[in-house]
Amino acid sequence: MTIRDHAGAAEAFTADAERTAWHDEALWFVRAKRDEVTHAIPEWEALRTIASGIKAHTLSLLDDYLEEFERNAVAHGVTVHWATDADEHNRIILGILRERGATRLVKSKSMLTEECGLNHYLEAQGITVVDSDLGERIVQLGHEAPSHIVMPAIHKRKAEVGALFAQHFGTSPEEDDPNRLADAARGPLRRALFGADAALTGVNFAIAETGGIVVCTNEGNADLGCHLAPVHIACMGIEKLIPRVADLGVFLRLLARSATGQPITAYTSHFVRPRTPGQFHVVIVDNGRSEHLGRPDFREALACIRCGACLNTCPVYRRSGGHSYGATIPGPIGAILSPGIDLAKHASLPFASTLCGSCGDVCPVKIDIPGQLYRWRQLVARGGHLDVPKRRAMGCLGRILGSRRYYEWAGAIGRMMLRLAPAVPWLVRRTAWGRERELPVAPRESFRDWYRRNRDT
Amino acid sequence: MTVALFIPCYVDQCYPQVARATLAVLEARGVEVVFPMEQTCCGQPMANAGCQDDARAASERFVRTFSAYDTIVAPSGSCVAHVRHHFDQLPPTDAVRRVRARTVELCEYLLTLPEAPVVEFPYRVGVHVGCHTLRTLHQGTPSELGASGDGPLHTLLRRMPGITLVPLDRADECCGFGGSFAVDEPAVSARMGSDRVADHRRHGAEVMVSADMSCLMHLEGIIRRQGPPLPVMHVAQLLNGERP
Ligand code: SF4
Repeated sequence: MTIRDHAGAAEAFTADAERTAWHDEALWFVRAKRDEVTHAIPEWEALRTIASGIKAHTLSLLDDYLEEFERNAVAHGVTVHWATDADEHNRIILGILRERGATRLVKSKSMLTEECGLNHYLEAQGITVVDSDLGERIVQLGHEAPSHIVMPAIHKRKAEVGALFAQHFGTSPEEDDPNRLADAARGPLRRALFGADAALTGVNFAIAETGGIVVCTNEGNADLGCHLAPVHIACMGIEKLIPRVADLGVFLRLLARSATGQPITAYTSHFVRPRTPGQFHVVIVDNGRSEHLGRPDFREALACIRCGACLNTCPVYRRSGGHSYGATIPGPIGAILSPGIDLAKHASLPFASTLCGSCGDVCPVKIDIPGQLYRWRQLVARGGHLDVPKRRAMGCLGRILGSRRYYEWAGAIGRMMLRLAPAVPWLVRRTAWGRERELPVAPRESFRDWYRRNRDT
Repeated sequence: MTVALFIPCYVDQCYPQVARATLAVLEARGVEVVFPMEQTCCGQPMANAGCQDDARAASERFVRTFSAYDTIVAPSGSCVAHVRHHFDQLPPTDAVRRVRARTVELCEYLLTLPEAPVVEFPYRVGVHVGCHTLRTLHQGTPSELGASGDGPLHTLLRRMPGITLVPLDRADECCGFGGSFAVDEPAVSARMGSDRVADHRRHGAEVMVSADMSCLMHLEGIIRRQGPPLPVMHVAQLLNGERP
């Protein structure tokens, strides 16, 4: 694998200039809304600091809090399952469904189940899975992965959704009115919700002190699903813990504002015990997280509350689309989490950034994303995952810039080449720099030459 | 007071006029400036590309060259940010600590000096703020953190009679240069640059001004390829009385 992976996919995305502009504007609009509502809260920075502290504390005592959570959940009649990896997570869920003879599952938004490839796994076992989040449903119908962690179908334009719905819901292929399209999806979705044998939700926060979980959504379909079906399965990564109910307010104030610029999500649902009759299962998944916890330079990424703000503000994400990252979690946070899962496969992601730093500024839990990107870059290079020409070029450049003599000599040659370049424009246009940019016009004399001539006595 | 001037490698080689303007501006304010000839580069190009080990010789040379000076001034926020924030790669000797603490970005340094004679600049200026200057050196407040608080660059420009700073749709979005990013991801890099240029043009900027020549090198390359002309200038050139 070379570091061209994200670059190649991003190039394909930007080839459609109009789509790129629209994608960028749509996400910039969300960032602008986020700016407006967060600037209206005088204590915003204090909230971020507190949230970051709560998460750091929780991660430092994660084993204790997980056990406390389990004790309290079990005491309320919740069945708690532990999964080491994606495979075990999927098998546990299939087991729960099989035990009840369940064949129809409705599932609300959950990045964890994406990470585990749950849909494909269950479908291969004869289970019908219907995503109840509208955005998730759109990408499910299109056989795609979500391109954003909060707005899964943000890469799709209204007309494309219209075409997809025409095929599945019999709307007119010309239909591109969002309200009418949502209406068309609603009927079949409601039928799926009423007919489901089990409902699966994600978890935004798990509270150790109560053993309860909190699910934040805007559409309410997660709630419909688990209030109708006899079985509720909630899947969470081990990092979703917070210690106390009192901590929740801090995160709820941060989450929706950071995500969409709303003061709070339309639904903030607390689940503490099974309905009677009914079952409530919580599946707690590691899948590489405890290994990540053991990386002091990177562990703070586990504090992420998946608000998506770092994606919306990222000028690279906005212009390359979520799929260009080739990972479950795209954008800046994905670029610092994915290398921990498979460094070779995701070696290009820490370089899919200008290190502009805006992601770190918007992050509600103050993860130093740019710092981690920089540190991952060093590990990518040390691990031998840079492509060879680049690796060699950097070694060479390092030797030149490490020596005054080499530097002055290379500078003179470099300037000469730059002066000759305009004679061979076709060659310039074949370089990565010159494809869409002119090279600088090089002077005959460097500053140090001038200084030596005029000043250095 | 003696100040050591650090001129980033690409400015030395490609933009000597910016280095000369920096020198002139400092001297016009009564500062005694030396340019230690042993300097080359801070090491950022290699380090940002993931090759910190290859950057080491350059960074160590930087420390050797400048450790004897009380103040090191550079006309580049990005290089200063690298020295201050990424020289933790080097063992924290006294020399390393001193150099990290004493390396200052030009605009920030100029604001510590008594106000200099006024220079007029009767143009509509689009200000481009380098991301490292803004978000790593914390010069000013980025738009995501609050209503845009101006940094030293804006302050210096606003003092120039006749100048108009044009409002922009996105006051501090990255230009897409990003060091090796410019060649690792040419498509996105160029797209980001074009979008910045378009914003400045839309608001009638007659010249784009920055305190970071690397951003301007990239933006100028895009402007020259796409046309029509739009001059780019380093703030030191403005303060030195130059015109587009
Ligand atoms: S890293 Fe921070 S900004 Fe990005 S999704 Fe996670 S919490 Fe939100």
